[in-house]
Amino acid sequence: MISLTSPVRTRAHGWPAGLKLGALCVATVLLFSLDSIWWHLGFLCASVLLYALPGRVFLRSGMRRLWGLWPFVALIFGWHVVIGDVAGGAAICFRMLTAVGLANLVTMTTRLSDMMSVVRVLISPVRWFGIPPRRIELAMALVIRFTPVLALKGEALVAAWRARSPKRAGWRIVIPFAVLAIDDAERVAEALRARGGV
Amino acid sequence: MERSVALIAVFAALIAALGLMPTLMLASGIPITAQSLGVMLCGTVLGSKRGGLAALLFVALVALGLPLLAGGRGGLGVFAGPSVGFVIGFPVAAFVTGLVMEKTRRMPITLAAGVASVIGGILALYFCGVLGFMRVLDKSLLETLAILGVYIPGDIVKVVLAGLITAGLARARPASVFSRA
Repeated sequence: MISLTSPVRTRAHGWPAGLKLGALCVATVLLFSLDSIWWHLGFLCASVLLYALPGRVFLRSGMRRLWGLWPFVALIFGWHVVIGDVAGGAAICFRMLTAVGLANLVTMTTRLSDMMSVVRVLISPVRWFGIPPRRIELAMALVIRFTPVLALKGEALVAAWRARSPKRAGWRIVIPFAVLAIDDAERVAEALRARGGV
Repeated sequence: MERSVALIAVFAALIAALGLMPTLMLASGIPITAQSLGVMLCGTVLGSKRGGLAALLFVALVALGLPLLAGGRGGLGVFAGPSVGFVIGFPVAAFVTGLVMEKTRRMPITLAAGVASVIGGILALYFCGVLGFMRVLDKSLLETLAILGVYIPGDIVKVVLAGLITAGLARARPASVFSRA
């Protein structure tokens, strides 16, 4: 599966994931409590600088990820130009780009295993409600494994449809697809039970 | 218990897999993905609790940095972007859909799943989505509705599909349709 983590190893990879997440929370709250366009421009420039520090490959991959926001930037900026509030529109766009950019930065520099260890701490209170945290971790691991398997089965179904019909495989494919998924789940449940259950 | 965990996990993966399917284009040129169809199905098939948990599991994995949202998006950036309300609304939508499904046992299953998907997958989901959009982009309610309203026709298509697919699953695997079991 494609990953959203950075193509290069940065110094931030070694920092504790909990610390990065905490700093991200503080930064996002701060961003949404400020109004002035100059603050937002300053923060945006600072975030771009953060992206530039680990080198060109990192910068390019980070910017490509932010590029997905362009329809919103165009929409909001266009809207504010129409109503005559260019500065307000720019401030909103800067704020959104900075907030998403900083959050992406944490995702890019934190391995899944490090994120999981934070999750392990965060979900530990479910113990008080009689749910073993390991069960949630198992479910997460199952989703990570199921997703590519289901994607492959979906492709196989589409191929089977194409071999038999000149028309495009439409929504009808979703029923056998979901049946396959349910059957997989039942078999996995049986296997889990046979190995001592969860 | 093992069945619940496995079905919750597989439906979370189903939401992800439906997001990978090619997007349909409506006549108006608005792209729609099958991802929210997956959220509706979580509710109509698994019911409120399990369906909500499946969608919650999906959202948690997106936050962890897996590119599971339609178009390969994911990571914490999603929760700072304009679509944050919709992503956070997924578990709410699946739960509400399941709840309506469980309260309408007397209705024919296709109709019940359709009604449940309108209430959960459209009303509840847009309630969360609109709030998030307004917060991130500083828009008023009317402006937001004008911008997001273009997606409603696509969602109505998905409601019809959710009804038909749920009925199909109830025939094929009745024991696994928890909302009616």
